[in-house]
Amino acid sequence: MSEQLKTGFGASVPRKEDRRFITGQGRYTDDLKLPGQAYAYFVRSPYAHARILEIDLAAALEAPGVIGILTGEDYEASGLGPLINGWDTRSRDGTPAVMAHRAALTKSEVKFAGEAVAVVIAESRVAARDASELVMIDYEDLPVVTSAITALEKGALQLHDVAPGNLVFDWDTGDADAVESAFATAAHTVSLDLNNSRLIPNAMEPRAANAIYDPGTGEYTLHLTTQNPHGKRALLSAAIGIAPDHKVRVLSGDVGGGFGSKAPLYPEEVVCLLAAKQLGRPVKWTAERGEAFLTDAHARDHASTVELALDADYQFQALRINTIANLGAYLSTSGTLVPTIMYALIATGQYHFPAAYVRVKGAYTNTAPVDAYRGAGRPEACYAIERIVENAARQLNIDPAELRRRNYVTEFPYRSALDLEYDTGNFTGLLDKALEMIDYTGFQTRRAESEARGMKRGIGFSAYIEIAGFGPSKLLSTMGAPGGIWEAAEIRVNGSGSVEVITGCHSHGQGHETTYAQVVCEELGVPIEQVEVIHGDTHRGAAGNGTAGSRSSVGMSAVQGACRKVIAKATDIASHVMEVPVERLAFKNGQFIDTAGNAAMTMAEVAAAAYTGHDFPTDVIEPGLHEVSFFDPANFTYPAGCYICEVEIDPETGVTRIVDFVAADDFGRIANPMIVHGQVHGGITQGIGQALHEHCAYDPESGQLMTGSFMDYGLPRADDLPPFRIEFVETPCPGNPLGMKGCGEAGAIGATPAVINAVTDALNIEDIEMPATPARVWQALQR
Amino acid sequence: MRSTVNLHVNGEPVQAEIEHRQLLVDFLRDDLGLTGTHTGCDTSQCGACVVHVDDVAVKSCSVLAVQMNDCNVTTIEGLATDALHPVQQAFTDEHGLQCGFCTPGMIMTTVDILKRHPDGIDAATARKELEGNLCRCTGYENIVKAVMTAAGGHDHV
Repeated sequence: MSEQLKTGFGASVPRKEDRRFITGQGRYTDDLKLPGQAYAYFVRSPYAHARILEIDLAAALEAPGVIGILTGEDYEASGLGPLINGWDTRSRDGTPAVMAHRAALTKSEVKFAGEAVAVVIAESRVAARDASELVMIDYEDLPVVTSAITALEKGALQLHDVAPGNLVFDWDTGDADAVESAFATAAHTVSLDLNNSRLIPNAMEPRAANAIYDPGTGEYTLHLTTQNPHGKRALLSAAIGIAPDHKVRVLSGDVGGGFGSKAPLYPEEVVCLLAAKQLGRPVKWTAERGEAFLTDAHARDHASTVELALDADYQFQALRINTIANLGAYLSTSGTLVPTIMYALIATGQYHFPAAYVRVKGAYTNTAPVDAYRGAGRPEACYAIERIVENAARQLNIDPAELRRRNYVTEFPYRSALDLEYDTGNFTGLLDKALEMIDYTGFQTRRAESEARGMKRGIGFSAYIEIAGFGPSKLLSTMGAPGGIWEAAEIRVNGSGSVEVITGCHSHGQGHETTYAQVVCEELGVPIEQVEVIHGDTHRGAAGNGTAGSRSSVGMSAVQGACRKVIAKATDIASHVMEVPVERLAFKNGQFIDTAGNAAMTMAEVAAAAYTGHDFPTDVIEPGLHEVSFFDPANFTYPAGCYICEVEIDPETGVTRIVDFVAADDFGRIANPMIVHGQVHGGITQGIGQALHEHCAYDPESGQLMTGSFMDYGLPRADDLPPFRIEFVETPCPGNPLGMKGCGEAGAIGATPAVINAVTDALNIEDIEMPATPARVWQALQR
Repeated sequence: MRSTVNLHVNGEPVQAEIEHRQLLVDFLRDDLGLTGTHTGCDTSQCGACVVHVDDVAVKSCSVLAVQMNDCNVTTIEGLATDALHPVQQAFTDEHGLQCGFCTPGMIMTTVDILKRHPDGIDAATARKELEGNLCRCTGYENIVKAVMTAAGGHDHV
């Protein structure tokens, strides 16, 4: 069997990275202990909104082991810049989104519970924590607003002087007038008020940073739990002004999950760099889980009115969505991107709509900043469309599968009413596959069986589609992107024939060390054992945009591009060494073969020659075998799928049990089915978590987070979940050479509405708040 | 307050002056450099810190290091020396890990589960037994498969 068949693109290759993780040899940021290591502990506001009247550091500075303490005044004096929203989002009237000032340490007024106001640096973690309790801060407690709806009401409490009425932006897309006339003449209209509940991402590894400053070179090194090392470097350099980018090195070793929450720039990361320079010691900080709950960027938190207009044949005529998005106390790095572009553009889902309109208002509140979390905007869109379509089917008494089938986009490319070009898809095929998997025709029998046991059974659909695989840079530049969102890859074929792949994408569970190596194996025909994938170091890879939005497939296309350049150059070298014209050479199974003779050279032999190069005509062939490629797609990718969930509810207790869950997914071509199955399992679980378990609750009176630990916040556990059944329907993506669409977020996008549609079906109600806990389900049953 | 404690960690004798309030997980990570054991929460919920104390699975964030006098502590680093332990092998074979952060705790818990179910285990019981270990990546499906595979069964549901 060739290397390509065993370990190339499409094979379920066991993961190269596993060995270090299963033997305890992973290297996460907190595992690193540097010579002279100092430790940071942050003093955080216990109030959600308060004026800082006085800070007394005397006792804390005298505590054992304390090296120094920094406050908001010190941050201001350092001259470093504020944390910023990286996207130029414009309101309907053309004005930019209102960005409130956010220093890494707050000097005068805190706006959410957990906001950092000081940092204690000490010889040990416990010494820093002990001393932090001696930092005396006199606060004047102020009233709070935690709900975005309340924050936008007339006369609401004003959070930031720069943001009248707490409005960040009032943004829209689509054709409001066309939608208005469609609704005026529609045979049927359906509407639904929906909350998309707030979530806390909770990657299992808490955030951590370890900062070093070298006074000799002026260089900063930051070991960091991040999904996007180069992006962090750009922000630290250009926005914060730490140092020019070539003097900032960001390293992310093993990262224990991200899900979006390790993409934004956070205050602690900046403060560790500042402290490292000012105190002349490497400074490490690791979040406690409680800090993660309070300060990791939260997610979702939309309140929407969704309206659907249909003609007499149940053809969709128009979609209108009005959303209020809670953005928290400050704008996080992608704070305005997620609830606008990432949300609204895909709101029409898998359906043809002649007209659509989405308007979103973003609001400041006294809550943690909101940013990307698995799906980032697209789950909110999918929830809106899939809930309204399912409710429409029930209200109009048409089978939900039939209503979808009647309205699916079936011809591609398709230009949507919200101006996206869906490149390819097979929505009907996905539906048929899911219906077959769940045995849809047998549902009524299963429901009767459940009822005979005193249980309520429900079925729910979700036909999701997303935009993923970011770039395209050109299109995103028209949407406020701060820079190019391509991906870069470097291939170094060493003299021994071993291959190093350096990518700007980042793996924090996705398995790139395996899948990227598979691409190289496929392209260059070298054994996978000889391929090393390197990521997470801004000094080893020149450029990158990290991993988010299922964009690793973009990265893989860059790897392929670099491989093709390597082959081109290696062909020239082989031609020179073999004295065979290039036209006569074929590259197959890792060998350059003279098609008119017997001579052949392996890639390893060519590599050896490349670094020997004694008799190269160096004006034509340079020594070395080392190529770089940037890939920037021309369009988004459009992963899509159809999920069907069946639940059984115990009316005595309100407990919902998922009795079956099927997923038919179209990710285009798949690099490693084993890994993709794993990605879908995890995504579906997070979607189920939102639907049934995960509840982020702020007390509206005090602004305190009431669900600040795993004892209060329902992270799904093994026993909460069913086994999943997943199958793939493959339509290769025309937008990248590997034909991939990406699979990272699909499960989290598609699962939530499928579960809630099943719960509302079982209960025969229009809506239920998420999470649909036993208490809420039981209450619904009493109505 | 500090006390001298004598224990064995991964078969090696260890003598240490331990601050009374120090948690076992911090002793293992900070003092002994055994960073395979992880801290994922503050409330003994996540199980990333599970080690074996005298062959029983223990959340090392929920015991003090000074309590370990005369105990045998085994961490993920000491589970197997040359070849992989069958549970480690099953986790990689079944793709029961993604980011790897919860994995050491999952593996140590699974070894304990299988010890307590020597006659085999069904998937539903495996799911219940894994309740004390949180994973955010895998949706547990492949972890359950790994438990079943390590148990020698093929009941994947």
